[in-house]
Amino acid sequence: MTAVEKFEWQQICERQDLVPGSGVCALVEGEQVALFYLPEEERAVYALANRDPIGNANVMSRGIIGDLGGKLVVASPLYKQHFELASGNCVEDESVCLEVYKVRLDGDHVLIGRG
Amino acid sequence: MEQRKIVVVGNGMVGHHFVQTLVESGSGDAITILGEEPRPAYDRVHLSDVFAGRAPEELAMATRGTYQQWGVDAHFGDPVVTIERNAKVVVTELGRRFSYDKLVLATGSYPFVPPVPGSDHKRCLTYRTIDDLGAIKSRSKDSTVGVVVGGGLLGLECANALQNLGLQTHVVEFAPGLMGVQLDDGGSRMLRRKVEALGVQVHTGKNTRHIVPGDEHALRMDFADESSLETDLIVFSAGIRPRDNLARDAELVVGERGGIVIDYKCKTTDTDIFAIGECALFGGRIYGLVAPGYRMAEAVAAQLAGDDVQFQGADMSTKLKLLGVDVGSIGDAHGRTEGSMSFVFSDEREEYYKRLVTSADGKQLLGAVLVGDCTSYDTLLQYHLNGIELPADPQGLIVPASGEQPTLGVAALPATAMVCSCHNVTKGDILCAIDGGCCSAGEVKGVTRASSGCGGCSAMLKNLVDDELLARGVSVDKSICEHFPHTRQELYHLAQVGEVKSFDAMIADHGQGRGCDICKPAVGSIMASLWNEHVLDARHVPLQDTNDTFMANMQKDGTYSVVPRVAGGEITPDKLIVLGEVAKKYDLYTKITGGQRVDLFGARLDQLPDIWRLLVDAGFETGHAYGKALRTVKSCVGSSWCRYGVQDSVAMAIAVEGRYKGLRAPHKFKSAVSGCTRECAEAQSKDFGIIATENGWNLYVCGNGGMKPRHADLFATDLDDQTLIKYIDRFLMFYIRTADRLQRTSVWMDNLEGGIEYLREVVIEDSLGIAAELEAQMAHVVGTYACEWKETLQDPQKLKRFRQFVNSDEADSGVVFVREREQVRPARPDERLRLVAVTK
Repeated sequence: MTAVEKFEWQQICERQDLVPGSGVCALVEGEQVALFYLPEEERAVYALANRDPIGNANVMSRGIIGDLGGKLVVASPLYKQHFELASGNCVEDESVCLEVYKVRLDGDHVLIGRG
Repeated sequence: MEQRKIVVVGNGMVGHHFVQTLVESGSGDAITILGEEPRPAYDRVHLSDVFAGRAPEELAMATRGTYQQWGVDAHFGDPVVTIERNAKVVVTELGRRFSYDKLVLATGSYPFVPPVPGSDHKRCLTYRTIDDLGAIKSRSKDSTVGVVVGGGLLGLECANALQNLGLQTHVVEFAPGLMGVQLDDGGSRMLRRKVEALGVQVHTGKNTRHIVPGDEHALRMDFADESSLETDLIVFSAGIRPRDNLARDAELVVGERGGIVIDYKCKTTDTDIFAIGECALFGGRIYGLVAPGYRMAEAVAAQLAGDDVQFQGADMSTKLKLLGVDVGSIGDAHGRTEGSMSFVFSDEREEYYKRLVTSADGKQLLGAVLVGDCTSYDTLLQYHLNGIELPADPQGLIVPASGEQPTLGVAALPATAMVCSCHNVTKGDILCAIDGGCCSAGEVKGVTRASSGCGGCSAMLKNLVDDELLARGVSVDKSICEHFPHTRQELYHLAQVGEVKSFDAMIADHGQGRGCDICKPAVGSIMASLWNEHVLDARHVPLQDTNDTFMANMQKDGTYSVVPRVAGGEITPDKLIVLGEVAKKYDLYTKITGGQRVDLFGARLDQLPDIWRLLVDAGFETGHAYGKALRTVKSCVGSSWCRYGVQDSVAMAIAVEGRYKGLRAPHKFKSAVSGCTRECAEAQSKDFGIIATENGWNLYVCGNGGMKPRHADLFATDLDDQTLIKYIDRFLMFYIRTADRLQRTSVWMDNLEGGIEYLREVVIEDSLGIAAELEAQMAHVVGTYACEWKETLQDPQKLKRFRQFVNSDEADSGVVFVREREQVRPARPDERLRLVAVTK
């Protein structure tokens, strides 16, 4: 078998499951993924790991969305550190970050990329 | 090339500081920490804070996660027992072996317990570690009297701890005075006088001969002068001794009276082994303070990183608050330098003592003693450390001046002036940080670590930063965040005048960007105060903190606690049974709150609607424990039952709680109603408190408990019910209109120009002509109240938010409980690992 990069999009939920301006959590093959929906932005959905690496609890989907210096961020509801939606990097602490998942909308379907 | 292996024995403050410094130097070494205590390094300097209510976890300087992130291999609870110098290996108690290229001993010290017969009794304790605190605390439960042996710095700290535990406290000291190392006789006498006035009995010149069982208390101490003292527990804090046994066994040279001998490079007699902190003996001296230990740690880290940095002794000046008494000691406090001159000022009425020791020509400050008033400490220390020439009349520095005080302004300090001696931060470093873009003391602290050690320099740091920013023409920015160039008060007025009803409109008209976790909840709160729409209306959802979103209080593991309203603390047996049944059904940890209600912990997000359905069906309403809103109105039982009550405090509390429940404000606020002047409901510690009189009610405002307690001020007396409510309406609405974000009523009033007099003019005399408006606005909020949980349960759209996963009914596997005292609590990380391993 040749080594072809295998990459597939998996349907997770519907657009109506998302909450505009805020986050929800989905279970993707046993992993908790926080989905953020910003219908007014150029890119409308972001997906990050739901586990807060500083507070060590599965809560990131319940953080407040905002922007810091022009970058979209979510604030941990536990200790308020900010994580960039695009990169998962923590603004306050370089040594931690959230895993970033590929995600897109296909009509009303929300798809997560697995590869 | 293979990584160099650095093993650090000991994980106290100095051991931790060494590792942090080495990691930050980027040396790339493989670092192993071997700590004896079961937990990573914590702040020992502030140990007694735990008895004043600080959580032990808050003392932590690092977590296991910190070390993991740094790539440091850390082991706790398994002490090193042997150094095999030939093999360059250390062996732990559990028999684990770690080889090293360089070994750093940071084993610290242990409390010295004098060899007094009977001192091994189980009621004889020491004061050094968090575990010691636990032992003292549990022993104190069946004790009324406690003795601290040792009247030095640590001994007095410990006396403070015993006092905080409610014990009748004695200090027994062998020497003729307290704190003989840091203070001269005069200072020591003044300290004793002040300490005794605080209720601590001081016995000096006492040589304990033996400790035997007592008659009235558990123990009796018999002294050499035939006197004796009965007590229930004894804590030894009579100095420290270096923990040098590892080095001793490995045949490194140690001092005659202990301490691992080191040279100016902090090297022991084995060139691959360093010793730092309180286990080390430098120049015949043990340095028993944290700052010199840090200097040693930095010297070793720098050498390992290739720099030639030496340790050259350290300044032992210190400033602290002992039992609430300010004490400062600088340099040669006793005036032992040949030819030195002293200036002494003592005021027995105001109870303070100050002494300056100067060089023979009066130009250099060699030392100082301050007791009772340390305001000049920072200035004096700068003179001392930087060799700044003293003014012609140096006594002016300690004598209370009738006119201008010759203080050394922060602007006058040279760039080399040491500001934070814990982390070696100079004024120059701070200016550098400001050059680099820091615009507040907090930011400077983050960059330089200044004032993150003992914290003694925090006031000076703030002064210096503010002064410098002012000098650079930077106006101090009061914007709420980067999205709005306004204060909360301004936003409130903009929203009210412009009748703005959504965040989007607010930011479009008055701000920029998309908002953040600071301005969104603030605007959400303003919207709620003004228009009182449901917090989960679609346009308000993204604005709320998680607690407001899910109408419950998030706990550390991501579960929530549930607090139904129990107005005035009055509850029927039937309702109490419902609370018990709900807690039992969902296995919720149950605790009575300080506000006379019941808190149910450990509810998962997806359980909240079911739990609330049961509660609402039984007649409960939400308690807003999650909101910046009215929490509780506590009450005593009042005239219906109490022999002394003069008014029905319970009925008033229920009425007041019913009126203001759900009212959103800049911060949470609380109230209480007492039925007579005995004040059993503690109304004077509330944002507004009501105390019954023969003729009506007295109203108190702007008190609070918590971190900075403040007694409420008497606002108006002998009010009838109607006037009372009218004044509270106006008071609360005026607060909501004008306070800053997260500003409690007490701080608000302290910042209100004109203070309580002004507040009376506005609320009672209507000097601004807004009273009717304030009342109307309150009437609107009161009239539109609805229980948020009841509304939510009727709205399937809102209930959708309470799913753990949008695509699965599974529960959050990250929530793991263990049982303790017959109830659940979140598993600690180590327990979690074990539990998860077992289930897998």
